[in-house]
Amino acid sequence: MSIDYSVYLAKERLPHLWCPGCGHGIILKNMLISMAEMEIPREKALLACGIGCSGRAGDYVNIHRFQGTHGRTLAYVTGIKMAHPELKIFCFMGDGDCSAIGIGHLIHAARRNVDVTAIVPNNLNYGMTGGQFSPLTPGESLTSTSRSGKAEPDMDLCRLAAEAGANYVARTTIYHVVEMKKRFIEATNNKGFSLVEVITPCPTYYGRYNQLGNAHKMIEWIKDKTVPLHKYEEMSVKNQEQHFWRGKLVEKHKPDLYTRYWQHERGMDHRA
Amino acid sequence: MMNKDNSIKFLQGNEACALGGITAGARFFAGYPISPASEIAELSSLLLPQRGGIYLQMEDEIASIAAVIGASLGGMKAFTATSGPGLSLMQENIGFAVMAEAPCVIINVQRFGPSTGVATRPGQADVMTTRWGTHGDHGIIVLAPTSVQECYDLTIEAFNLAESLRTPVILLTDATLAHLREKIVTRTDKELSIISRQKPDQVTEDYQPYRPGPDGVPVLPDFGDQNILRVTGLIHDHDGYSTPKPQTAGDLVHRLQQKIEGATSLMPAPRYFGSNDPEILIISFGISARSAREAVNRANDQGIKARLMQLPTIWPFPEEAVRYACYGASAVLVAEMNSGQICREVRACGIQREKVVGVNRADTAVITPGEILKAIKKTWFRWGFHPI
Repeated sequence: MSIDYSVYLAKERLPHLWCPGCGHGIILKNMLISMAEMEIPREKALLACGIGCSGRAGDYVNIHRFQGTHGRTLAYVTGIKMAHPELKIFCFMGDGDCSAIGIGHLIHAARRNVDVTAIVPNNLNYGMTGGQFSPLTPGESLTSTSRSGKAEPDMDLCRLAAEAGANYVARTTIYHVVEMKKRFIEATNNKGFSLVEVITPCPTYYGRYNQLGNAHKMIEWIKDKTVPLHKYEEMSVKNQEQHFWRGKLVEKHKPDLYTRYWQHERGMDHRA
Repeated sequence: MMNKDNSIKFLQGNEACALGGITAGARFFAGYPISPASEIAELSSLLLPQRGGIYLQMEDEIASIAAVIGASLGGMKAFTATSGPGLSLMQENIGFAVMAEAPCVIINVQRFGPSTGVATRPGQADVMTTRWGTHGDHGIIVLAPTSVQECYDLTIEAFNLAESLRTPVILLTDATLAHLREKIVTRTDKELSIISRQKPDQVTEDYQPYRPGPDGVPVLPDFGDQNILRVTGLIHDHDGYSTPKPQTAGDLVHRLQQKIEGATSLMPAPRYFGSNDPEILIISFGISARSAREAVNRANDQGIKARLMQLPTIWPFPEEAVRYACYGASAVLVAEMNSGQICREVRACGIQREKVVGVNRADTAVITPGEILKAIKKTWFRWGFHPI
């Protein structure tokens, strides 16, 4: 590693506001370490965040930082990337931000194959607003807005992104730190839309409501609930509902939006 | 032979807007199809790639304005075009552009009515939506052309204001102007004064992107520059880091309003037509002002001392000029195609309530010179001025 990851870190802004036991700091650190390993110059990196707990990640970095309105991160970065294609753009969007209010933009960013790396720290609920259920909260979970268990089913964000056309999709967890870094690097090196979902504990709300214990116990819980993708696929549907899969779902190399746009426009006759 | 340089064109308002934007240096357009604004997107999709620019068709208007803001912060002059329903969807991000100080131009081609209304017919009822549509105290600039030539000129003006004040600017046209074809004279960017945002003149490790300059406007680097840019919609300090400190919050929100209110001298001033010594003043804007101008001509021919005050800048509302113009007149008519949005603002300038009369039409048709003339005559006789 030729760059120290701390050059990307705004140390004077610490300590961060995340609760004790929150996984967001671990994910952010892994992102910065993977950037250091890829030797991305500080001024060529952009962290684009949504709104919510994960949205605050931008306050702790010393690289270009963007935080827009709730759920719209991928729409903004589509503009940024087309205006400035040499930027390496990392998006940090929580499960609520990305899978509820921002789901439309996720589908279209994946379809367009915008060359950005979307990292989705999935803490299974809306933390910043007090632990309400999100579309990715597992069914039956107790949250501040589902006191008798979440009636709605959850969904698989990764499969949705893959189906929409993403070049690279993977899921990992906070427990699998080494794998997480590897996924971030693979995702960034893939020129096109990449999504890495990271399942992470929220002991303050999700853990407390569902009596999963402290942060340590929650990480164990995540580890025990997670199986490799190939094992998951062999499970019965009923058994699948009790588990998360982790692994690499898609790795393709279709040309990204910027490349396609200019390939197409240069080939046109514009004598209007 | 005239027009050797092809500077004289026969265009519709929407085409003039697209051409004006590109002449002003816009190299990015993101939009979503909507009547009656679609031609702006269509022409942009054709012309921008030829100039190294980007046309994106987004999944909705929220994404469109978001992509425009992103491209702007990436260093491109950027714009979008929409109509009422799309403008409503854009509101949250217009507020974000105010907060982030991302220069951009939003062309709102007004159509009739709330909700879907009548998509192909004109209205002028988005006056207050452009001013107060996004939440929170903020300043905003809104310009309103009355002709195809002004569609071109004021789009360029909108970009100049957006770039020099680092703020979103809304151009308010309507369905009639959008599809009206007229002769216009175009200019090259070299013949015009085109303003581009200021850039930091040195690279420093701890550059403060949001430190305001003497005019209240900060000098932001672009994303990807050596100076690091930190952007957030949260209340932020000069470094661009979020903070809830009351002093910082108060100062920032005050500055965002003040940099607009304090720069009115840069904005297009009201234009006057007709009698220099008017008994009756007509205030109007956009397509209504064309009918009002003809009505004033006819009234003047009939010996009625009437004058038109046309407002190319609607927001910030030209309070002082309105108060001054109203001062000598015995009656003030406000002609507009809504239920009295500018009229209310004229009254708020402190003009005597009984003196201000609305001449409104809000039924999908353009207000006619005859209707306005009728209102002028009615006022003329009611107030007991000289019989004709």
